[in-house]
Amino acid sequence: MAGSTRSATNRAAAAATRFSAKLRGVSDASIAWIFIAPTILLLLAINIFPLLWTIYLSFTNFRANQPGRPVRWIGTRNYERLLGSEDIWGYLQATAHFVIWTMILQIALGFGLALLINRNFRGASFWTTIILIPMMLSPAVVGTFWTYIYQPQTGIFSYIIDFFAGTGALDMIGSVTLAPWSIIIVDTWMWTPYIMLLCLAGLRSIPDYLYEAAEIDRANALQKFWYITLPRVLPFLMLAVLFRGIENFKMFDLVVELTSGGPGSTTELASINLKREAFEKWRTGYSSAFAIILFVTIFGLGNIYVKVLNKVKS
Amino acid sequence: MKRKKSAAARLFRRGPWENLATAVIAAGVFMLMQPFSLWAFGWSFSVILVGTVGFVIVSHFPK
Repeated sequence: MAGSTRSATNRAAAAATRFSAKLRGVSDASIAWIFIAPTILLLLAINIFPLLWTIYLSFTNFRANQPGRPVRWIGTRNYERLLGSEDIWGYLQATAHFVIWTMILQIALGFGLALLINRNFRGASFWTTIILIPMMLSPAVVGTFWTYIYQPQTGIFSYIIDFFAGTGALDMIGSVTLAPWSIIIVDTWMWTPYIMLLCLAGLRSIPDYLYEAAEIDRANALQKFWYITLPRVLPFLMLAVLFRGIENFKMFDLVVELTSGGPGSTTELASINLKREAFEKWRTGYSSAFAIILFVTIFGLGNIYVKVLNKVKS
Repeated sequence: MKRKKSAAARLFRRGPWENLATAVIAAGVFMLMQPFSLWAFGWSFSVILVGTVGFVIVSHFPK
């Protein structure tokens, strides 16, 4: 028994030696390619090929629910229809309203919270953990429990607003004017901690001697904030704005759970309409063109994001 | 001894061209989402595409 185990070990060792001898004849570049090849193949299969296929489909009248129907090349007609449609324009404006307001609120609250937490008061780490909890939850879960919070008759949100402002039962999700704000409030609640974290990183990177020098120069609190704190935190803020801006431009899950794009199409963001066109109306070619428009926009914003990131790094 | 840079090398520097491409992308994104003009919305994708392709090209220029 022991003999057979020993011979198996010897055989494995001999095989390893033969393999390493073979590898010795292979160049470093080839070894690198051997290691990289699976990743490249995977990327080609799940990223590049679908992208190229979507670009092709965007120039056709293909419908995924009618695979037997002949596919006709219609040139840029899908793009012309999309970019001339007032409905699509409206969905993109709804997206802009959502992105701009979430950014404003999240930056104001996130920066404010970061300034507070940076004071290192007693229990600061405990409160940091509490504040970070919403960010760690799944958007589907957040969307579902906020629908309960927003219930006009039984929800706590309506109760609190009524208690302080005497508004009566507030139907946040069912009202045309309030529904856009309902999704902004939830996204702000969920993602303000992220902005706070980034701002906190910026605040912690400011050396104390700058403030000490400012004290010697008799700078007041506002001057210290304007000439030291803000310029030092600004690159981190820019990074947060771009990152959250891109994420909110693609926002889907949270809004679907909360309002499903309603009432009517008041909160129908671009990505929600894209899903409707692709998988409810089955206009695959048309929705592919819409997806390419959104992709190029996000890719463009991504370029700016990388540029800012490099600036922050340097 | 310093070698004089050619006119092309001076013209095609990454920094200013990247800034220009970034401005074009930002203008395109604004045109896509603004509530004022359907005409601007119609041209927004072309502007973003030009800016994005331009950015990819100019990011290969020497520093």
